[in-house]
Amino acid sequence: MLEYAGVKKISGPLIFIESLPELLYGEVVEIFSPDGEEKLGKVIELGDELAVIQVFGETGGLSPSRTRIRLSNDTFKIGVSRDVIGRIFNGMGRPIDGGPEIVAEEFLDVNGFAINPVSRSYPRDFIQTGISAIDVTMTVVRGQKLPIFSGSGLPHNELAVQIARQAKIYDRDFAIVFAAMGVKHDIARYFIESFEKSGALRKSVVFLNLANDPVIERLITPRCALTIAEYLAFGMGMHVLVILTDMTNYCEALRELSSRRGEIPGRKGYPGYMYSDLASIYERAGKIRDRDGSITQIPILSMPEDDIAHPIPDLTGYITEGQIVLSRELYRKGIYPPINILPSLSRLMKSGIGEGKTRKDHPHLSDQLYAAYSHAVWVRNLAAIVGEEELSQKERLYLKFADSFETRFMRQGFEEERSIEESLDIGWEVLTTLPEEELHRVTMEEIEEFYRRFRRA
Amino acid sequence: MERLIGYVKWISGPVVKIKATEDIRMLEMVKVGRLGLIGEVISTSESEAVIQVYEETEGLRLQEEVIGMGRPLSVALGPGLLGNIFDGIGRPLMDIKNELGDFILRGANPFPLPLTKVWRVKMEIKKGDIVKPGDILARIRETPLVEHRIMCPPDVSGTVIEAKESGDYTVDTVIAKVKDDDGKMHEIKLFHYWPVRKPRPILERTPLEEPLLTGQRVLDLLFPMAKGGTAAIPGGFGTGKTVTQHQLAKWADADVIIYIGCGERGNEMAEVLEDFPRLRDPKTGESLMERLILIANISNMPVAAREASIFTGITIGEYFRDMGYDVAIMADSTSRWAEALREIAGRLEEMPAEEGFPAYLPTRLAEFYERAGRVKTLGGRKGSISIIGAVSPPGGDFSEPVTQHTRRFIRCFWALDKELASARHFPSVNWLNSYTEYFEDLKLWFKQNVAEDFQSLRNWTINLLQEESNLQRIAQLVGVGVLPEPQKLILLVAKMIKEGFLRQNAYDPIDTYCSLRKGYLILKLMRMYYERALSLIREGMLTQKIEELPITSKIIRLSFSVPETKIEDEFAFLAEELDREFRELEANYRKVLSYRRREQFA
Repeated sequence: MLEYAGVKKISGPLIFIESLPELLYGEVVEIFSPDGEEKLGKVIELGDELAVIQVFGETGGLSPSRTRIRLSNDTFKIGVSRDVIGRIFNGMGRPIDGGPEIVAEEFLDVNGFAINPVSRSYPRDFIQTGISAIDVTMTVVRGQKLPIFSGSGLPHNELAVQIARQAKIYDRDFAIVFAAMGVKHDIARYFIESFEKSGALRKSVVFLNLANDPVIERLITPRCALTIAEYLAFGMGMHVLVILTDMTNYCEALRELSSRRGEIPGRKGYPGYMYSDLASIYERAGKIRDRDGSITQIPILSMPEDDIAHPIPDLTGYITEGQIVLSRELYRKGIYPPINILPSLSRLMKSGIGEGKTRKDHPHLSDQLYAAYSHAVWVRNLAAIVGEEELSQKERLYLKFADSFETRFMRQGFEEERSIEESLDIGWEVLTTLPEEELHRVTMEEIEEFYRRFRRA
Repeated sequence: MERLIGYVKWISGPVVKIKATEDIRMLEMVKVGRLGLIGEVISTSESEAVIQVYEETEGLRLQEEVIGMGRPLSVALGPGLLGNIFDGIGRPLMDIKNELGDFILRGANPFPLPLTKVWRVKMEIKKGDIVKPGDILARIRETPLVEHRIMCPPDVSGTVIEAKESGDYTVDTVIAKVKDDDGKMHEIKLFHYWPVRKPRPILERTPLEEPLLTGQRVLDLLFPMAKGGTAAIPGGFGTGKTVTQHQLAKWADADVIIYIGCGERGNEMAEVLEDFPRLRDPKTGESLMERLILIANISNMPVAAREASIFTGITIGEYFRDMGYDVAIMADSTSRWAEALREIAGRLEEMPAEEGFPAYLPTRLAEFYERAGRVKTLGGRKGSISIIGAVSPPGGDFSEPVTQHTRRFIRCFWALDKELASARHFPSVNWLNSYTEYFEDLKLWFKQNVAEDFQSLRNWTINLLQEESNLQRIAQLVGVGVLPEPQKLILLVAKMIKEGFLRQNAYDPIDTYCSLRKGYLILKLMRMYYERALSLIREGMLTQKIEELPITSKIIRLSFSVPETKIEDEFAFLAEELDREFRELEANYRKVLSYRRREQFA
């Protein structure tokens, strides 16, 4: 291995060294500090005279003349094998659970490669999460990427745990890949303990980059996790659920690096290529034709100031296949899970619901619930201005509908698991608050078969 | 023509600078390094050239060789394009899969068209003929929907020295030899290359006078675009840009559809590939895949190729236009394309203009949209290209640079609305913010092909919706209850228009496609309803009583409950029923009135 001593300049997480013809663009290098401490870095710019290395870790303690660099002649790769299941790694993919090193079957580039669109198989298999709001109005399918947009103090972690526990993703071999980026220690522990309790830990691969771990390391963590996930899904044929939390911390790290590199900032200081960078993470989900496995992604991100137009949720929403948006207002009302269905969406639900998948009335029922709830919220706002007395008879019914929708349909326990039939029935039940002629989104036959049945009951 | 032109001296992401050892031409296509990564020269000087590389550059070293290919980035135009899917620089993804497997690794360079496939060619020329650019030399029935016309390339003319007989040939067979005036020989194959950044020549542009029908009521009847026109679909995430684009790709009445997935999701491409072969063209009953060409540069594929994908798509479009076809191009999303420009400009440390976009963003947008149009082709045929570009404004804010500049080059603006989307009102085209500048040009067509009163019906609809939005503002302050009855009626009919006309369910087998005629009849019924109701209300009838008539909800359900084939009968039936219900209501009302009057007198 080629090794050389001395660097030209150190600035934040960046090291500038004299360029060498042997260096590869994107090469991973080992960096030894004067005290013998070892770090990893990656070549992110390669010029005539200088090469720029991004260090995954702190550069404190490094000095220009006494730092040594060892080349690897390779890009960033991670060793994969079936044995990673049940193990805990740090943000760079090194085991931290005291267990043995992984004996790698293969070394894979953490950046992965894009799935050829002609090889993709369109996700169509319904996953029952046991949560009515999700199953009926934003159905998840196997191979989807569906983020949770949350805010600080909202129960997104609970929701993610409940989904991971109840999701019927597993008719066969399955695994959970969990990657924490800049997450507080107790939150990481909450996840691990919850997985342990439900017995899922044996089936999990955990990557932890905690709040006090190096910021730049966060840029690698989700890529390590997804490389493992791809290996398990497309190599071993397993159904993999990937939970990434918190993507906001990841984006902060990206911004920090970008500003250190002196790049032209985009919106709110985030780099202009953040869309492409996030896409290189989120797009690593899906199913491949003629292969058994699948990757379903649930990234969690906290919206700064609960602002859905902030660049992080905004760019995420443009890439992912929908979003589950949590609402502070509902949470304050004591409703769990506090999912605001109006801005929430599952783009792939249409192909996973209906006759032969869930139930034939599902598509129209879901449409009708959205339409009615959206109008009900409008009426509620109106009532706040003009007072309830000024409302018409019909508008008052909508107020009633909003309440029963939130308390009967949406609200459910953390341990409560509802089958899709139950959830759909509850949907019809709350619709009976409204008169028949208000339901324009369902067919006469559906009114006949479902609405009238629940109306009578 | 391939030659060594220099050595790598600087690498940053998709941008590579090279030390030039040759005179390097702008926009020349190159192969970089031992991996043979494909790139394009975007700036050149005596000693240095800058290359944007269309593949991932990790693993490249300094000093690696760069080979010039001697031609600009080009696409091969010939039979085999239809029903196929290509990446941003025109490489067939099927062949890449066969060569590299399910993941797109690097260095693949398959020939863009199927080489082994044999085509039944009907020759149109013989030895001794004089041919000029655009002349049809041969015909191939490429798919049941499209006849492929092999044309004399734009840069070739002269006398046919040799010509094959009609027969079965592969794409690289020389079917004719043409000698030009300078005595130079040109071999004509079933395909030729054309640089993507150079618009194909035409004879002249002609006025736009026919609508591009899309089967979507709100677009066709309220905001129609013309064949040869340009339209933009801006909307925040989740407002249904992609679903709308897919609907247009399915139902637009063009001969050839080119769908450019530019920086979007891989699953969306998979959806098109799985669904379109099953869908049938409403006119011919043939599979919609037979007229579709897909360009896919999904969001995690290299960013520079995303920049090229738009031009690859439009060049293929121009080729089919030159054959005399109406081509419609959907680009989803032009914002991702603009971001690719921004990323490359940033790597080159160019001076940014608004929000980091380079100052030449509007120029590039114009270059793209101006390639739309209705033309007389070199061969004297009529053809058109219509462009529909999706725009993804950050935060759904239309004041951002890409939306604003796009507005300058398009004449049809289909604004998608977050609030409508969250109420699951799709397509979420906002009827107040959207506009079309084509209606004036198309007025006559609608009058002749739909109905004499089409324009007045359209105006009535737009005015009523406008009035409703004003009333809603008042209602939000004081409540609906205090509004006078005629205004309540406007709210009611506007609701019927929204629910029963503007809204259209893309996933409903009946509702997904709606003919102009059906849309027209639905509106016509609504206006009849409004007029009858208004005359009753003027006599003191309550809007609520009218709303309770069974006909109200029947009209609303018309769009998704009655198929195209039964619409005329159903219209006649409902018109009669409407008349009957209103007459009964009126009769009862008069009875009540006279009863009351008698009581008053008594």
